[in-house]
Amino acid sequence: MADEEKVKDPEVEETPSGESRPSLIKRLQVTLQPFVDKGKEDWNAVRDHKRTQLWKSVFRHKLDETPRNRALAVLTNVFLHLHPAKVNRDAVRFRFTWGMGGLSLYLFIVLTITGVFLMFYYHPTKGQAYADIMYLHNDVPFGGLLRNMHRWAAHLMIITVWLHMFRVFLTGSYKTPREFNWMVGVILLVLTSLLSFTGYLLPDDQLGFWAVTVGTNMARATPLLGHEGPFGPELGITAYNDVRFALLGGSIVDSNALLRAYIWHCIAIPLILSVLLAVHFWRVRKDGSISGPSPVMLESEMKRPRK
Amino acid sequence: MDWHQLWVIVSAPDNIPIVAIVFLVPFFVWYGFRQSFATDRLIAKLEDDPKLAKVHHRKIEPYREGWEQKVHVWPYLLRVELLATIIVTVILMVWSITLNAPLEEPANPNLTMNPSKAPWYFLGLQEILVYFDPWIAGVLMPTLIIVGLIAIPYIDTNPLGNGYYTFRQRKFAILTFCFGFLILWLLLVLIGTFIRGPGWMWFWPGETWDHHRLIFETNVDFHEMLGIKSQPWIGLVGFLAFGLYVVVFGFLTHKLIVWTEFNRKIYARMTLLQYLTLQTLLVSMWALPLKIALRQLFRIKYVWVTPWFSI
Repeated sequence: MADEEKVKDPEVEETPSGESRPSLIKRLQVTLQPFVDKGKEDWNAVRDHKRTQLWKSVFRHKLDETPRNRALAVLTNVFLHLHPAKVNRDAVRFRFTWGMGGLSLYLFIVLTITGVFLMFYYHPTKGQAYADIMYLHNDVPFGGLLRNMHRWAAHLMIITVWLHMFRVFLTGSYKTPREFNWMVGVILLVLTSLLSFTGYLLPDDQLGFWAVTVGTNMARATPLLGHEGPFGPELGITAYNDVRFALLGGSIVDSNALLRAYIWHCIAIPLILSVLLAVHFWRVRKDGSISGPSPVMLESEMKRPRK
Repeated sequence: MDWHQLWVIVSAPDNIPIVAIVFLVPFFVWYGFRQSFATDRLIAKLEDDPKLAKVHHRKIEPYREGWEQKVHVWPYLLRVELLATIIVTVILMVWSITLNAPLEEPANPNLTMNPSKAPWYFLGLQEILVYFDPWIAGVLMPTLIIVGLIAIPYIDTNPLGNGYYTFRQRKFAILTFCFGFLILWLLLVLIGTFIRGPGWMWFWPGETWDHHRLIFETNVDFHEMLGIKSQPWIGLVGFLAFGLYVVVFGFLTHKLIVWTEFNRKIYARMTLLQYLTLQTLLVSMWALPLKIALRQLFRIKYVWVTPWFSI
């Protein structure tokens, strides 16, 4: 190999002396030709993009409308795989589910996104907090819209969660085998209220301050654990060691209460809620997907209970 | 009529969700019950005609021979979900552009808001505060509500109505739940929002919220009505009244549980624990409307007074 190269080299040296050298452009063309060819290959590949490695690595199946692909579209997608591949044909109607559970999830997502944006502009500090809200509302571009959306979505979520519970009750969907998921749902309902309640204090305005004062004053009266509750004083509970003190980080609604509400609101409750949401959705699937509309059962078909 | 006052209440930013509820809840009650009654007509038809019951598809949904029972989620469910999220997003956007979220003056512990109200979804509990001491209204009642809701699947031994709207097959369960949800929860929220004014006094819709209004209500305890003045007897009389309530309402609740032939069938399926849990929850629940009636009609403050707690 080495010898051959040595033989060829002098030839190349000789030719230019006799004939005219190929033009620079020609030489460039020759040199670049392989790149052009490869480029064309790539261009053709892009025109047929579904066969590229990149495409195939992202999408795990073809897109032509076959039943198999429709199933795979749901099953291979992390967001969609909450769903089964197929559902009861009557369950996709609005009138059975009212869509309230799904909308609660959607509003929770909206609240998380708007909430994260709000956190960029907010200090959970007495005095600063209210100024931050004023600044956000009046000076930050779209700040008012952001805050309004967060607040209204929160209210809307309370309503959708209530209506979700009402629908699940009316359709008897809590009955076997979904008893446990109803329990998880009730806890989610309570957490939704608490999430909204802790958010109430954060603007640090009169509305939030007095709402939280009224709300936490009830904790004074907790039996055994509140300093005004039955048997509380007998157990040595005072305003400085009762359950209200633990909630507020003090005996009055002040800077510690603001910080605690902030941490519960932005970190602790959303985390707990997310975990329980995962359980809730998991159990919807594991308990046999959505409950109906299922065929009616007649009184004469009631089986004797297993003892 | 003070229309302006009414407008001030209805248009307060924090009350807007409740105005929405005033329309949304009746709509969905109607929407759900309409399907319940449609199913009930089908059930009646199938019960009259056992032959039909054997071959019928047993749903009120449209049905045709040969239709697949299931459809693909992609696209039949996902398109509905996409549409729903888009609609809600548009509603939320328009709502957020047109109406500002509530923001009052900076918090000032020295300036009490009058009326100072809890967030609207807790107003039912705040309304209960009028009738019960805080440890009942603020702690015991919420606990019972949560525990009671969780207990529902475990004390409802009726196997019918699983996965479809029906009223006929679940009258007791549905009436009880609707009473709790619509009357004891939502109606009290509405009262707390629209009726309760300064000093948590009762103002009819259209009445001006007079911050200087004085009401001389003399609420009396039950034992005072009987003229009993010294302690061991006060407690004893209260205990007897409370015990009488538990016995009478426990009995009435039992009558309700075994009201019809069908109810007795369901009752026969209950264990003692299930029955006692149901009794406890229901007797606690009846206490609220009863106490409201006692207060509004007879101005009774407490029925049972002890040195430690009063009911």
